Amino acid sequence: MVMFLLRRVLAGLVLVLVVATLTFALLNLTGTDAARNILGENATPEQAAAEAATLGMNRPLPVRYWDWLSHAVRGDLGTSWFKGEAVTSSLASTLPITLSLALAGLLLSALLSVGLGTAAAVRGGRLDRAIQFLAVLSSAAPSFLVGLLLAVTVAVKLRWLPATGYVSFTDSAGGWLRSITLPAIALAIAATGGTAQQVRGSLIDVLGSEYIRLLRSRGISERRVVFKHALRNAAPAGLTVLSLQFIGLIGGAVIIEKIFGLPGVGSLANFSAVQGDQPVVLGVVVVTAAIVVLVNLLIDIAYGWLNPKVRAA
Amino acid sequence: MTLPLPTPVVQRAHLFRRLLRDPVAVTCLVVLAVVVLASLLAPVLTSHDPARSVLSDTLAPMSAKHPLGGDGVGRDVLARLLYGGRTSLLGGLIAVLVALLLGVPTGLVSGFYRGAFDATVSWLVSLVMAVPAIIVLLVVMAMVSQNVFVAMVVLGVIFWPAVYRLIRASVTSVREELYVDAARVSGLGDARIMRRHILPVVQAPSIIQAAQIFEVAIGIQAGLAFLGLGSANQASWGAMLNDAFTNIYTKPILLLWPGLAIGLTVVSLGLLGNALRDTVGGRSGSRASSSRTPAATPPAATPPAATPPAAPPLAGDDEDLLSVVNLRVCYPREGREVAVVDGVSLTVRRGEILGLVGESGSGKTQTAFALLGLMPALATLTADGLAFDGQDLRGLGRAARNSYRGRRIGYVPQEPMSNLDPSFRIGSQLVEPIRQHLKLSARQARERALGLLERVGIADPARVFAAYPHQISGGMAQRVLIAGAVSCDPDLLIADEPTTALDVTVQAEVLDLMRSLQRERQMGMILVTHDLGVVADLCDRVAVMQTGRIVETAPAAQLFADPQHPYTRMLLDSTLEGAKPRGALPAPLEGIA
Repeated sequence: MVMFLLRRVLAGLVLVLVVATLTFALLNLTGTDAARNILGENATPEQAAAEAATLGMNRPLPVRYWDWLSHAVRGDLGTSWFKGEAVTSSLASTLPITLSLALAGLLLSALLSVGLGTAAAVRGGRLDRAIQFLAVLSSAAPSFLVGLLLAVTVAVKLRWLPATGYVSFTDSAGGWLRSITLPAIALAIAATGGTAQQVRGSLIDVLGSEYIRLLRSRGISERRVVFKHALRNAAPAGLTVLSLQFIGLIGGAVIIEKIFGLPGVGSLANFSAVQGDQPVVLGVVVVTAAIVVLVNLLIDIAYGWLNPKVRAA
Repeated sequence: MTLPLPTPVVQRAHLFRRLLRDPVAVTCLVVLAVVVLASLLAPVLTSHDPARSVLSDTLAPMSAKHPLGGDGVGRDVLARLLYGGRTSLLGGLIAVLVALLLGVPTGLVSGFYRGAFDATVSWLVSLVMAVPAIIVLLVVMAMVSQNVFVAMVVLGVIFWPAVYRLIRASVTSVREELYVDAARVSGLGDARIMRRHILPVVQAPSIIQAAQIFEVAIGIQAGLAFLGLGSANQASWGAMLNDAFTNIYTKPILLLWPGLAIGLTVVSLGLLGNALRDTVGGRSGSRASSSRTPAATPPAATPPAATPPAAPPLAGDDEDLLSVVNLRVCYPREGREVAVVDGVSLTVRRGEILGLVGESGSGKTQTAFALLGLMPALATLTADGLAFDGQDLRGLGRAARNSYRGRRIGYVPQEPMSNLDPSFRIGSQLVEPIRQHLKLSARQARERALGLLERVGIADPARVFAAYPHQISGGMAQRVLIAGAVSCDPDLLIADEPTTALDVTVQAEVLDLMRSLQRERQMGMILVTHDLGVVADLCDRVAVMQTGRIVETAPAAQLFADPQHPYTRMLLDSTLEGAKPRGALPAPLEGIA
């Protein structure tokens, strides 16, 4: 188990490094003139050259790459070309918003999909068909469309919850909850369909297995059979889907942020990409890749913890 | 997901025809056809230029000139909707094509040849999967190219892992199949094997996945345009949403048209993909296929079960622990009810071992499950009498039934390893029913379980108690299951072929154990088996089953000495024990391995 984890951590680090390198190359080989971007069209060639020199853009590419990388491993992702703010501090102020959104969406979707998937598998019949239909609808509808729908109905028409704005958790827990509820619901709805179908499918397989029949033959109550034994054995399959959903959730959060006016990583990425703010874009890509790798690692650990065969090995 | 069986060419036409029988699929196809036609015919349906803004038409109401009004900068909404469809459909198509062009060949080669290519591509795939698609696309569109179709090519690359994994998994499962081996042995080249045997298998899942990619691509493309990325001159549904969003307080209806267009298109694609999956593979993981479907009685051999041939004594005997009268178990098959247990009557007295014998498919296991109330939801059970210790078992609620099962009726299954919950320790699986039925404390239940493990001949009870099922052998697992079956001192034990899955050396030990437990506790017992040797060893009385009915019931000695029914005679003749001793085996010939 320890060796397995070490290998996974190492593979994850390599993955992040490769993503960083590729992004660095992409940003630098596309030929956008960063200095001119910053100074505007009216700058003289001399001014542009001077600006490029202050940015260090006149050095050869490998030198710049090494410079960036050697700082990055020490936790310094450079400074924004436009705002002069350290990339890490920009990320520190935006990342919690996007992450809390994605995690709240993930949690909500996990609860919903276990509930709906279990109901569909255990009850069967008409309820099962209805839930399956809803699941297909929910996994087809893009989360931002659901978000727009929620924004128009709940926030704009009914005025139950705020349409825009973010209140940090430390300022007001209630305000934070109110600002995050609608976007998290929108994200969760889109992620629930696929997971619920997975939970339903594997639960039906488990409920048809011989050890479940044996438990029933021992007179174990149906509630314990379903909630203790069957769900426990169906959990790994649900977990796998959930880890795939998380990447989609981060992507969905980027767009949802715009609808609800949340200053998260999405708006940071959007804004700095349009501006051509290379250090910020690079930082956003590397950090999101690292988060995805980390979440997958956590899910692997949970997977191993759930499976006695892996745990014992 | 269950993989569909290899679909030969003949079935492809059927697939489409079957799809047309599904009303949901037809509706989706119609919606998609309308969307495609409307986009293609955009120049015919409207004379407006989707990119031209007329200031005076800003947020214009619906009118003859602008059927859906004007948008925030005075462009015609209908024209933008129609031309926007082109962008969405073309973009989705590009993403699908790129993903398939990359994914299918790499998946085929990876799955078929494995090796270094497989390792390299699998690593590349995990690389692509580590970055959220939206962020990559954001960077590409902002810094590389404003063109949405370039972004869709990149999106196709991002979807490559999904196609690759699907194809690779399908190929891996097929390449082990016998007919692929046979093709290889008969000298077919790899290219021909792929074309003839592997491509047909991958076809259906790829079509389903293409529909899904198309659906997600349209959504993501709209999302990007909604963020304000992409060329301002190109009409798209996402850009319309963006414009409508800025006017959400003044004219929220503008959100409706692009929202509806995107929603209808992606939901139709999603439902269509689902319908396709159902048509191809049957409903995966459905209830019907998940339970072991019993063999049915051939209809021809099912005359009305008025009077069973060998009428056993019906109820009324005080010694009867279990009395069953005219038990029937039916399954729906092809629109009608088929009986797998067809009028079975039997009795078990206290301390008596009844053998239930018959070939596989005769309904003996189904009879055992019926007595325990373990029938799948599909089955219907009827009986004129089903009494255990004077109590009618018919129509018992769940709670009442659970007060019998495990407590007064124990069950030993056939296949030991698959009957233990792999996620829980053996100890906890033993303790759970003991605590529930006997209301013991955790410590008392643990002591009882350890005692039982020792009683069933396990040398190191503490170790087995703490072990997971995968850590013990099959013989030991069967001992654990026997311990579990007798853990609450039941009056009746139902054992379904308890030794069939075990090694021959272990079989005798397990049978000895069951007999000694039965004598010690004076349990009644039903021993389901096809092994007449086991019957001769253990049973007091024997009931012989054929095609869902009991054809003969007799004391064991009498049955062996003087079988009445032809089927019983046939069973006796076919067993080795009954055969005349043969001469010594001829010495094996040299040189023949």
